[in-house]
Amino acid sequence: MSALRERLQNSKDLVFTVEFPVIDGGGMAAVEKNVARLSPWFVAANSTDNTAAHAHASNLSVAIAMKNFGLEPILQIVCRDKNRIAIQADMAGANLHGIENIALLTGDDVTAGDEPEARRVFDLDGPQAVNVASILNSGTYLSGRKLQPAPNFFISAVENPFTHPFDYRVQRAIKKHEAGAQMLQLQIGYHPDRLENFARGVHALAPDLALLPSVVLVKSSKPLNFMNDKVPGIDVPADVIARVASAEDQSEAAYQLALEQCKHALTLPGVRGIHVTDFRHDDTLERLMTDLGRTPHNL
Amino acid sequence: MALESAGRKLLPLLLTVEHGLKKPVWGCQMCGQCVLHSTGMVCPMTCPKTLRNGPCGGVREDGHCEVKPEMQCVWVKAYERKDKLHLPQIWKDHYNELRPPVDMRLKGTSSWINLITKRDAWLPAGWRARKESQK
Repeated sequence: MSALRERLQNSKDLVFTVEFPVIDGGGMAAVEKNVARLSPWFVAANSTDNTAAHAHASNLSVAIAMKNFGLEPILQIVCRDKNRIAIQADMAGANLHGIENIALLTGDDVTAGDEPEARRVFDLDGPQAVNVASILNSGTYLSGRKLQPAPNFFISAVENPFTHPFDYRVQRAIKKHEAGAQMLQLQIGYHPDRLENFARGVHALAPDLALLPSVVLVKSSKPLNFMNDKVPGIDVPADVIARVASAEDQSEAAYQLALEQCKHALTLPGVRGIHVTDFRHDDTLERLMTDLGRTPHNL
Repeated sequence: MALESAGRKLLPLLLTVEHGLKKPVWGCQMCGQCVLHSTGMVCPMTCPKTLRNGPCGGVREDGHCEVKPEMQCVWVKAYERKDKLHLPQIWKDHYNELRPPVDMRLKGTSSWINLITKRDAWLPAGWRARKESQK
């Protein structure tokens, strides 16, 4: 059984997951170095699938490498680049390599990336992909053809509580849960009230659905401005940007903002942990985990 | 035979009528498996990602589309319209149902004919709602 599933289903402990850095250089040594840095703190890490519509070492290849170096992967599969055949092949490949955690996403559009001229696929959407993973768990492909041994996927999905239509985001989360998702990693967001309404709404309808809000570590107000201006679905209010921009020590102000976000999220119903994305690549990740009461190698 | 021949002649006519009506009103993409009734009479195939099961996470703060910022998100519009329009309750109840993947073979065919012949009800043998698959 995956440690992630075990922790969420058989304990009440908090669960921290992390976005594994994309691999474009450095070879296996880069994977090994990141595993060494992250595995003391995180029960599992997302092996991303061409994140933000940029090509990188593939989701499954990085997941296998992570696993070999001793960090449990969450294999992310997005619907933008692969049709239903290729998506099922990713799943069957994960099953072959004993990878149990999978996360299904609709995905950013090709226009978010550095090859906006590419064909977008979206043969499946996020909820359909979740359902397809459940179908594979029952021992067949979508066509009905057998897949043996049947996978034992711990299925997760994502949702964005921070954008329109706010009421409907809860229903969409439930739709994914009914299709088989047992955990939702949430989009990065800077509106705690929206997160709170979402968590309460989801928890009332699906108390077993584990929510992991995302927190991103940045060094200054610049990335906040970037997300606000360039990443559809992420709105960073002007006062939040100003708080960091006007601080004497922007790096410290940005850190304190992330720490506050974690502490707030962890008070909400249904929230079982935090998903961390680190754009600082310094020792702040370790500081954050320590400030949240974690100790290394004590997952 | 005469009926079959008449039917064959009728097909292109129906296609033309369906497309002629649905294209200007709903931006119909002729997917051949129409779900307009359950999506607040807003065509999900006009979503640049052709999403059939609700909005993606890229909806902008003003409710507009990630891919086409000048356009309101198709699913935001659908969510508003399903309550505004006087549609039968059963159609509204279908709003959040899990719609199966599109059958690409039906693109360019008449959804009216596919409805009558039940061709649009075809699903891959393995497709079922999860609750059913767990029985």
